[in-house]
Amino acid sequence: MSYQTLLDAVIKGDIKTAKEETLKAVDASQNAQDILDQGLIEAMNVVGDNFSKGAIFVPQMLRSAKTMQECVEVLKPHFQENAMTTKGNIVLGTVKGDLHDIGKNLVGMMLEGAGFNIIDLGVDVAPEVFVDKIKEANADVLGMSALLSTTMPSMSLTIKALADLGLRDTVKVIIGGAPVTRKYAEDIGADSYASDAGAAVHETKKLLNIT
Amino acid sequence: MLIVGENINTSRKRIAEAVEKQDSAFIVQVAKKQADAGADFIDVNAGTFVDREAEYLCWLVKTVQDAVDLPLCLDSPSPKALSEAIKHHRGEPMINSISLEKDRFDDMLSIVTAQPCRVVALCMTETAMPVTVEDRIQAGAELINRLTVEGVALGNIYIDPLVQPVSVDTRMGNAVLGAIKTIMNDFPGVNTICGLSNISFGLPARRLINSTFLSLCILQGLSAAILDPTDKRLMANLLSTRMILGKDEYCGDFIDAYQKGIINKE
Repeated sequence: MSYQTLLDAVIKGDIKTAKEETLKAVDASQNAQDILDQGLIEAMNVVGDNFSKGAIFVPQMLRSAKTMQECVEVLKPHFQENAMTTKGNIVLGTVKGDLHDIGKNLVGMMLEGAGFNIIDLGVDVAPEVFVDKIKEANADVLGMSALLSTTMPSMSLTIKALADLGLRDTVKVIIGGAPVTRKYAEDIGADSYASDAGAAVHETKKLLNIT
Repeated sequence: MLIVGENINTSRKRIAEAVEKQDSAFIVQVAKKQADAGADFIDVNAGTFVDREAEYLCWLVKTVQDAVDLPLCLDSPSPKALSEAIKHHRGEPMINSISLEKDRFDDMLSIVTAQPCRVVALCMTETAMPVTVEDRIQAGAELINRLTVEGVALGNIYIDPLVQPVSVDTRMGNAVLGAIKTIMNDFPGVNTICGLSNISFGLPARRLINSTFLSLCILQGLSAAILDPTDKRLMANLLSTRMILGKDEYCGDFIDAYQKGIINKE
């Protein structure tokens, strides 16, 4: 079955058509995981690429992400007990002392669209809170955001806390935020740096060897 | 309208390079251009250099004030960087910024009250970014009360309602505009200040959006702005908006700017 109409609807952010198409596919007894992978996630890949290229803008990206979320709600009851497979668990948050959340939220939305399971710890997240959640969720990736020069060192402290517990090699670390640079990421021993939500998806896939 | 020139900020690549190389000629040139374009204060920000922020901020203060006879807007969330930088500053600086977040208010307060200065106060709540007009008014009122109790003059307080992108939430423009209006109304004598560029994050044609937003802010009573004064179209828009709103006696500033070539012939 072709998901072209569904793909187009998600890319356009047409919630009504996308939900109808999702239902149609379910009624045609398509596998829910296939609808998710070949329809919704595939569409969000296109959206992410378009955003990275500067061909679309933040509101369009948000609209597509919202469309996908609504379709996932339609799909959820149709997954078997073994539930959805995800591409990986990502723990996300803005570091301790920092309340900025807009960029971090965009990153979370795009990663979710790309098929990852997002555990968003919100803002003002202390190193030990990150570490506990990474252990608990068996996270593949940690994404940290900081928007202030005074809170950036908390990224380094979190990485150090991971190392102290012998967990550093179990999880990839990506950082971002307006004052953060690739050089800073290298200096504190993060695995990667992302300049925006599109880049965050790209870097995450690269680190986890997902094509 | 008080203008703070925003161009000396190390989040801009060329500024970061100049600061790292201690290229004072380049920094001086950027400062002078802003002064010539009508800046009242020159903002200096070295926030991308986490470990060396204080050192670089001090260097920026000295470098800029050696060449330009203007006070500076010392831009950092770090009490350490600010208290160091103030020692090198001539005249009364603007401290950017204080907010209600847990430790930040107390740490900054001692700096702000140690010498005469102006202070930018962010409408951040203690635990989150503000969303609604009411969030901003509440934070603004508390900041004004707590600062004036400590002896800071109302006229030295610049409330920043915190501009957030309309691309993420289309209510964000009105949230700031409503807050400016109420704060200017409820606390006569206080100032309001905005950075403009956040409003257009995630959208194309950002200069157009920033410029339109500035006009609307001025309509609500905004009394200061952090912007690029070398952007001629933005300045022309600012000057004509003020004039239309009756804030430019005999249209003097507008005509001056025209005769100086800041506003181009059509």
